[in-house]
Amino acid sequence: MPAVSKGDGMRGLAVFISDIRNCKSKEAEIKRINKELANIRSKFKGDKALDGYSKKKYVCKLLFIFLLGHDIDFGHMEAVNLLSSNKYTEKQIGYLFISVLVNSNSELIRLINNAIKNDLSSRNPTFMCLALHCIANVGSREMAEAFAGEIPRILVAGDTMDSVKQSAALCLLRLYKTSPDLVLMGEWTSRVVHLLNDQHMGVVTAAISLITCLSQKNPDEFKTCVSLAVSRLSRIVSSASTDLQDYTYYFVPAPWLSCKLLRLLQCYPPPEDGAVKGRLVECLETILNKAQEPPKSKKVQHSNAKNAILFEAISLIIHYDSEPNLLVRACNQLGQFLQHRETNLRYLALESMCTLASSEFSHEAVKTHIETVINALKTERDVSVRQRAADLLYAMCDRSNAKQIVAEMLSYLETADYSIREEMVLKVAILAEKYAVDYSWYVDTILNLIRIAGDYVSEEVWYRVIQIVINRDDVQGYAAKTVFEALQAPACHENMVKVGGYILGEFGNLIAGDPRSSPLVQFNLLHSKFHLCSVPTRALLLSAYIKFINLFPETKSTIQEVLRSDSQIRNSDVELQQRAVEYLKLSSIASTDVLATVLEEMPPFPERESSILAKLKKKKGPGAVSVNELEEGKREGELNGGGERGDNSGISASNASTPSPSADLLGLRTVPPVSAAAPSAGSLLVDVFSEAGVNDDGFLRDMEPPTESSDSLLAEGSGDSDSAPPSAVSEDPAPPLPESNELLNKFVCKNNGVLFENQLLQIGIKSEYRQNLGRMYLFYGNKTSVQFVTFTTTVTCPGELQSQLNVQTKIVEPLIEGGAQVQQVINIECLTDFLDAPLLNIKFRYGGALQNLTLKLPVTINKFFQPTEMASHDFFQRWKQLSQPQQEAQKIFKANHAMDTEVLKAKLLGLGMALLENVDPNPENFVCAGVIQTKAQQVGSLLRLEPNAQAQMYRLTLRSSKDTVSQRLCELLAEQF
Amino acid sequence: MRFLLLFSRQGKLRLQKWFTALSDRDKKKIIRDVTQAVLARPPKACNVLQWRDLKIVYRRYASLYFCCGLEEEDNELLTLELLHRYVELLDQYFGNVCELDLIFNFEKAYFILDEFVIGGEVQETSKVSVAKSMEEADSLQETMEEYINKPTY
Repeated sequence: MPAVSKGDGMRGLAVFISDIRNCKSKEAEIKRINKELANIRSKFKGDKALDGYSKKKYVCKLLFIFLLGHDIDFGHMEAVNLLSSNKYTEKQIGYLFISVLVNSNSELIRLINNAIKNDLSSRNPTFMCLALHCIANVGSREMAEAFAGEIPRILVAGDTMDSVKQSAALCLLRLYKTSPDLVLMGEWTSRVVHLLNDQHMGVVTAAISLITCLSQKNPDEFKTCVSLAVSRLSRIVSSASTDLQDYTYYFVPAPWLSCKLLRLLQCYPPPEDGAVKGRLVECLETILNKAQEPPKSKKVQHSNAKNAILFEAISLIIHYDSEPNLLVRACNQLGQFLQHRETNLRYLALESMCTLASSEFSHEAVKTHIETVINALKTERDVSVRQRAADLLYAMCDRSNAKQIVAEMLSYLETADYSIREEMVLKVAILAEKYAVDYSWYVDTILNLIRIAGDYVSEEVWYRVIQIVINRDDVQGYAAKTVFEALQAPACHENMVKVGGYILGEFGNLIAGDPRSSPLVQFNLLHSKFHLCSVPTRALLLSAYIKFINLFPETKSTIQEVLRSDSQIRNSDVELQQRAVEYLKLSSIASTDVLATVLEEMPPFPERESSILAKLKKKKGPGAVSVNELEEGKREGELNGGGERGDNSGISASNASTPSPSADLLGLRTVPPVSAAAPSAGSLLVDVFSEAGVNDDGFLRDMEPPTESSDSLLAEGSGDSDSAPPSAVSEDPAPPLPESNELLNKFVCKNNGVLFENQLLQIGIKSEYRQNLGRMYLFYGNKTSVQFVTFTTTVTCPGELQSQLNVQTKIVEPLIEGGAQVQQVINIECLTDFLDAPLLNIKFRYGGALQNLTLKLPVTINKFFQPTEMASHDFFQRWKQLSQPQQEAQKIFKANHAMDTEVLKAKLLGLGMALLENVDPNPENFVCAGVIQTKAQQVGSLLRLEPNAQAQMYRLTLRSSKDTVSQRLCELLAEQF
Repeated sequence: MRFLLLFSRQGKLRLQKWFTALSDRDKKKIIRDVTQAVLARPPKACNVLQWRDLKIVYRRYASLYFCCGLEEEDNELLTLELLHRYVELLDQYFGNVCELDLIFNFEKAYFILDEFVIGGEVQETSKVSVAKSMEEADSLQETMEEYINKPTY
């Protein structure tokens, strides 16, 4: 047993610890511990009152046992007793026990808080510090409630000792982090800022962490800290290393304080005051200069401390992103580090350069290091450094070096560590897509990706390549040829089979002329992989086969034979069996015309807006229009400017057969070429997911013919093949405005308001509904001073809606004077439940120019609700009766608005159902009941809305006697909260 | 800083300090995962690694690993020196500190840490100040004789 080194020896504790260490097995250790626990328990329960020393010793033993990983369920009371001891070591052990083993037993918390309160008011600085440490260590809400008011007073009181101030500042920070609502700003805040001027460096060091955190949340209130921080920093940076005595660390003056000051400045934009800014720039230059000076010590501590400040300064320079000179110097400095013999510096330099790459001033400078970074990717021995190198390559990638970087990443993938492969694959896929100038390169890259790292290629990636091939007919033949070649490999990845199946099914005809890839060869190649694949892939292949029958009638008998075989038509998997049966039937009974219609080539995927912009729009909410304009402007700018994409857009424009108005589904044009070329890796990865997530749904659905029954399939194929979207019903009216759905959603829970407004026209709505009838008043206001002529409006019910709603309108006056308003009445009868909304087309001439716009009339199924009051019992009985899966529709979604109970109630009432109180056992939840009145039938519906305030999410469940009604209501409502 | 862990080469935990509230289960999981990740590192590897959303900074002193979980805005190099400063303080207090000192006087290791890091932030970087407050604390203790005469159990 080693001698106890110092202070209060607790021999019993030392003996116990050494016993434990001598235990030969886990069992022996547990036995020894149980013996000790029994001993301590009997001591605590015994009649004889324990003295402070024994209590301390036993509590300390319990603590030791707990830290070994065993559970402790007693001793808390004894520890609390120690808190009120006036012996320092006893108090100290008591506090340690509480800090480590805090227990939310309310009775105990009260006692603990009491003891803390006593120590805080003891005016003994050592005791005060102990109490403050304990609060900071526990940091619970109860403690915040008890002390959030007291600690600021201690912090700014004139007579508080420095050491106590330090503890108080950081204690308050901890409480602010856990319960910001309990730490109230007050007159103390301004005094806290002035702690930056404190004589005592330790006080400044502690206080600045608090100030930084508070500034992030309340930047305006703490603005004055900027100039104070700059002058403090400047004094440290320009001081000789000996000036600061104790606060000099291995010849570096106050590294912790310097870094914290630089970190605080990163909460603010560059100082506006010229003098302050000048001084700061001078500091930053001095820091950069010092990096070039010979080291004052060979110790790693010296260089680490010095470089820590340097990296923090570079972070600040990058944060300001406004001083080209400093940015380039920073980049050069990091460039030196890239080849430094210290691994840590190489790692950090790579990391820091990633952020530099996104600045327009330093992007080019970062790019000059490409060879070094590629070399790092190949030669670094440490995987975490290689990972950073890959990140940096990704960040510095632009159109000029994309091919080189993608090639390097691909070759690295062959040997990459498993831990980072998936991320690498995503990065390669994103870069290839983002910077694809010619799409055959893109196709090659993705197929290579699947070949090299197929297991790590997520669905999103291969969905994407298919979308791009579908939408760009200049690459389809190439893709078919390449994927056909790739499939020749004896062992190829299942993802390759999926892509191959899909692409050959669509475009196999483009390479069928070559006898080496004749239809039958293609089919046999695909089918040779069939048995090695999982069910989803097999299902996809079956769809490819039926497409083959359409593309190549000569393969029909071979394929029918395959479909007819027992392993298909009697397959134990329902999906496969169903496909086999249906495809077989389809191929034998449908005429070639029908077959050609059903199995027509995939239509192009709709153009999707850049997901980055979509995100921006969501954030901005009402300002969406301006973002729209911005996007528009960018596109024009890019087209007119010619830019780097000049050639390529020329090709796609001249390519008249490209069916989509813009095949640019990547949103390439909306991404400014360089400056925003490298947003942080994280956000981009998310983008790819979100975008692909939306796409994949439609992709698979589109690909598969309906599988319900072969009847419906044929019906749809022959009858409705030319059913066009509602906008195309009549040639003349404009298609509905892109925002018309949004406008419609605004009126789900209300009946009156402004439906639409632009610079010329405002349309207001008032409506009322009774049973299955409704009356709507539309008010058209001319906002200009010029008259509108030939003003006409038409309301149409597209498609099925014709038989579901009966809408009658009165004709409006064809002339609206400037500033005047006309009214139109619309009568609506609901015949049966419906999904779509009627379209309102408005045409008029304003100053000679024809205005033509189409909106959706906010008539939604819920308008025909009759509220139904019912008691809890009835509600649940009814709820249970509607328990068939298709009767229920459910959505879980994020709150779009503040989760205010009153607002929610108002919206639910506006919906038209009865809001039932005291029905749901959870008072937070809302339940509603109502009956939809249509001429044909009544549809009873129940609703349950469960808010989760913590996660800011809702779960919405609807049950109706009719499944389409549940679905529609669920869709409509999910947009409302 | 989110947490500080001290563990031996065999993966035995010697000290754990958490600066945010976590459940026991989460703590155990972090201890297990981080210990494994750090012990698996080859010698001379970089002292920083990314682990989930945290930056792990570690350094080995003799048989003991000192390991911190950092947030995005924390400075890695300076954290390495924070660990070094902690070792210096332990060394100053115990006199040529070794792993055994931290096992038998684990409570002291916690007290010294509290003197210079609170809530994951550095409160005092001066070695003199920290040492002084530890000494003051020790001087408040009762005399040794008082203890030696007490029974061990």
